[in-house]
Amino acid sequence: MDKIIFRNVLPSVFANREDLDSEVWQKEITFERDHLYLVEAASGQGKSTFCSYIVGYRNDFAGQILFDDMDIRTLSVNQWVEMRKFHVSHLFQELRLFPELTAMENVEIKNKLTGFKTKEQIDRWFEMLGIADKKDAKIGRMSFGQQQRVALIRSLVQPFDFILADEPISHLDDENSRIMGEIMMTEAKSQGAGVIVTSIGKHIDLNYERTVRL
Amino acid sequence: MNLVWKLLRKHISVPQFVGFFFANLCGMLIVLLGFQFYRDVLPVFTQSDSFMGAEYVIVSKKITAGNTLSGRSNSFVSDEVEDLQGQPFANKVGKFTSTEYKVDARMGINGTPVLSSELFFESVPDGFVDVSLDQWQWKEGDNTVPIILPRTYIAMYNFGFAHNHSLPKISDGLVGMIDFKIFIHGNGRQDEYKGKVIGFSSRLNSILVPQSFMDWSNKTYAPDSKSDPTRLIVEVANPTDERIAQYVEDNGLDTENNNLDAEKTTYFLKLVVTLVMAIGLVISVLSFYILMLSIYLLVQKNASKLENLLLIGYSPTLVAMPYQLLTVGLNLVVLLIALIGVTLLRSNYMEMIETLFPDIDEGTILPALGVGLCLFVLISVINVIAVRRKVMSVWLKK
Repeated sequence: MDKIIFRNVLPSVFANREDLDSEVWQKEITFERDHLYLVEAASGQGKSTFCSYIVGYRNDFAGQILFDDMDIRTLSVNQWVEMRKFHVSHLFQELRLFPELTAMENVEIKNKLTGFKTKEQIDRWFEMLGIADKKDAKIGRMSFGQQQRVALIRSLVQPFDFILADEPISHLDDENSRIMGEIMMTEAKSQGAGVIVTSIGKHIDLNYERTVRL
Repeated sequence: MNLVWKLLRKHISVPQFVGFFFANLCGMLIVLLGFQFYRDVLPVFTQSDSFMGAEYVIVSKKITAGNTLSGRSNSFVSDEVEDLQGQPFANKVGKFTSTEYKVDARMGINGTPVLSSELFFESVPDGFVDVSLDQWQWKEGDNTVPIILPRTYIAMYNFGFAHNHSLPKISDGLVGMIDFKIFIHGNGRQDEYKGKVIGFSSRLNSILVPQSFMDWSNKTYAPDSKSDPTRLIVEVANPTDERIAQYVEDNGLDTENNNLDAEKTTYFLKLVVTLVMAIGLVISVLSFYILMLSIYLLVQKNASKLENLLLIGYSPTLVAMPYQLLTVGLNLVVLLIALIGVTLLRSNYMEMIETLFPDIDEGTILPALGVGLCLFVLISVINVIAVRRKVMSVWLKK
């Protein structure tokens, strides 16, 4: 997949709003592979909604979203499964980790599905992010900032054409944000993938090619 | 898969599953045992009598207090026989001939005396006895007489006598073990013959000998007496023909038709077994309901985990699989234990049936296995579909 196109998309929840001044909603916008985007929005402008449309979690919108030429409303269950496994990676704002599993198991549960990364690669990321000692700790016992780092690793153990990072560093200090941005960009570059980062203010310091106001 | 199972097994309610397990086991056992029992016992009633090939009716005159006191004979005269012969339902009519002389007989098994009594023989024309001719023949000068015994004798022996005296039970294959000695007195003569039991009949309540022996012996030992037959055997095209009942009614006759009794018994057996199986099925259905509720509850409680798994790329098939395997596995264990239970219980009742009916086909547990597999497949398919639909409802957020 090379492009994600939003064509005149309007979330149902905004159907009655007239003060909508957005570069995405009710406009045509294309996100391309190998580019880096920052989607900025104030709270309540539909940032998580934007992400959930792209991973097929929600489809309560008017207009059209296209993956290349394919209208995503036409995707079957199996095609969505393929999308989530091999084409679109999503670093959820609410993380969606499993509290009863350890940090390592949370990553493994995904890597077993894709078989994409080696144990060594995953270990190296844990070390780079400073949570190597937490590998065997239950997610429920870790701080939100530590959990954000585990969630990042999980989002990278799959092939992808686009990666959506929904407020990835809300609970991280600058140093960890920098490492996180570096790991994510290295991985995206090596796969030639597009990166879409969302933010409500604090965002990873990266060389964004385009900033979109939601 | 292990990690997924580790996640999804959370909230599994062991008491609910144990409840399902025993309820389902109970239902399954009742259904399978009911069916197996039906199939095992049915041959007792439907088993055809190897000595009476065609359909037949035995008729005799009604014995009432009136004709007993008046001394009126209850035998058939030749006009009556001819009249019966002329009826459209009768293919062939044969007379029962009785012995006119005195017979003493001793029966023993393997040398142990079992029965010693004065008795009488009867015979019917050879055409009514469906035995190969080389077994069922007697020529003047032969010292050995072929005999067919009523099956009730052997039931009496097997169930009562053999049991108490630790003697072997007799079945059709072991008739050779019976020693049958016949002592005949009459016309100033006294002779001994050896009886050769060639089988048992459950339809004829008399000791049968070949017609040739009967004719010869009556002539030899009681040349002066001659009596008319009291029973006739009629071969009919259709034993349920209404004209038979009408004719019997009009002429004051009685019929012995064991077929009718067997049909009634089979009907009631079917009724009872159907009832029992229905109860078993109801229990199974209720237990199935418990399982489905339990699984629904489980999916509901784990809904957010299921949703997260689906969002990180697990397919609904993979997510549903642990619960599907769990239910199918439970069903399989229930089936296996139920089959073991049926095998054990069956061996108990078969022992009794075989004592009563030694020559009954031992049968197999295949009927129960068949029904069990069908139920297993049916229930499992419904389980698998239900779990799948429940997981899809998580996918669709309904």
